[in-house]
Amino acid sequence: MLLIRCPYCNDELPELEYSYAGEAHVDRPPDPASLDDEAWRDFLFVRRNPRGLHLERWRHAFGCGRFFNAVRDTATDEVIHTYHAGEPRPDLEKFDRGAS
Amino acid sequence: MRFSLSQVVWQGLKGNVGWRPQWPAAEPKRAYEVVIVGAGGHGLATAYYLAKEHGITDVAVVERGWLGGGNTGRNTTIIRSNYLYDESARLYDHAVKLWEGLSQELNYNVMFSQRGVMMLAHNVHDTQSFQRHIYANKLNGVDNVWLTPEEAKDYCPPLNIDPSARYPVLGAALQRRGGTARHDAVAWGYARGAAQRGVDIIQNCPVISIARGADGRIKGVETGRGFIGAKKVAVVVAGATTTVMETAGVTLPLQSHPLQALVSEPVKPVFPCVVMSNAVHAYISQSDKGELVIGSGTDQYVSYVSRGGLHIIEHTIAAINELFPIFSRMRMLRSWGGTVDVTPDRSPIIGLTPVPGLYVNCGWGTGGFKATPGSGHVFAHTIARGEPHDINAPYTIDRFKAGRLIDEAAAAAVAH
Repeated sequence: MLLIRCPYCNDELPELEYSYAGEAHVDRPPDPASLDDEAWRDFLFVRRNPRGLHLERWRHAFGCGRFFNAVRDTATDEVIHTYHAGEPRPDLEKFDRGAS
Repeated sequence: MRFSLSQVVWQGLKGNVGWRPQWPAAEPKRAYEVVIVGAGGHGLATAYYLAKEHGITDVAVVERGWLGGGNTGRNTTIIRSNYLYDESARLYDHAVKLWEGLSQELNYNVMFSQRGVMMLAHNVHDTQSFQRHIYANKLNGVDNVWLTPEEAKDYCPPLNIDPSARYPVLGAALQRRGGTARHDAVAWGYARGAAQRGVDIIQNCPVISIARGADGRIKGVETGRGFIGAKKVAVVVAGATTTVMETAGVTLPLQSHPLQALVSEPVKPVFPCVVMSNAVHAYISQSDKGELVIGSGTDQYVSYVSRGGLHIIEHTIAAINELFPIFSRMRMLRSWGGTVDVTPDRSPIIGLTPVPGLYVNCGWGTGGFKATPGSGHVFAHTIARGEPHDINAPYTIDRFKAGRLIDEAAAAAVAH
């Protein structure tokens, strides 16, 4: 079971407290009408699936109820860093320990 | 060597020292016509049908670990074809028909047992959805019947149909042609059949990248044991598809998730069929060794760890104990995980890629084992002819652009 630190409650808690909400930093298209089929496919269906560092959204469902973002290594399941929703995408090189 | 009763008796009389390895440990040649990446059930079946149906024997199957050691050796071996949509019913029923003759065809006992797959309905939505499936299946020539709770209990005596149960059984859909098979034997049987026809099976040979020429065409694969040239490369690597295909510059709409299963201590025959419950997400059958084989759901997050959270198993076991109270004091022997690749519509991708000469068979999610023979059969056709078989023609990568999904995820009557 994952151990995840909620950046709002500042508490490291088991995964059962949280629900997963997919890849982070997926922006809605600013002008949907201008998108072609390929761009729609990418927005709707294509998500990163890396073996290594992954930026993802979690919700503290049984705590403060707020969404936040996390950096997790999908090759070890270690949650390396969590940060507030709305903060810019972190520099992944900072976390890369050559594990993947 | 052909396996038969007379061989068993003859070899037995000679002290069982005459058995030979069923396929040779092949060394990679410099080049092949077709290189198949991944020696799981689907990859080996592809090689077998390439050699048998299309006469293409200059084939290598390269495997990172050992043959059948991925999801082929980790699944709960359930076989059925009671899918909602026409495309799915055709694909999975094609597989069931091949399963029915597979042991004879391969001269290898895959222990295919049509003991019936029963899917339980616990609420009004389940009941309506299953009955819709039954009618859709009938139109597609797939057997599936509705059982009352009493009939379900008749078919599977350990089932608790008490109306006051936590998960009351309102009825069930039964596919009698469904059942189980011995997963390892499927990989071994196809490997032996392919090797007999001249296919090289190269284990402990990880593919590092897919090589393309200046014209964009496939050149071969770079492996841990050197470069292997190929006119065509077919990738059948389940959870690792994204990382392998990225090396050829192909992005696919896949997410890799952990999926777990577990078995109990072995007991005498007590459980005559396969029971699935989608509402509580559990499936269970009894292997010929006597172990109860229990499957769970996927973890929600993307991961390549092949482990999964214990709470997922706890949830499954809690549901199993409610449905089958007689199992409440059984001990579990072991649990394990695998990495499954899931598409947005929960249907596989089988066919061509934007790269000439590169083919992919992936996205089987949590339910690929049942399709093994059918998947290999239509994929071999696709590779040999350079165009899809009628049955896998709808399963393109392009369907996500065209919006023509085969949305078994929304059909929601299958735990896949």
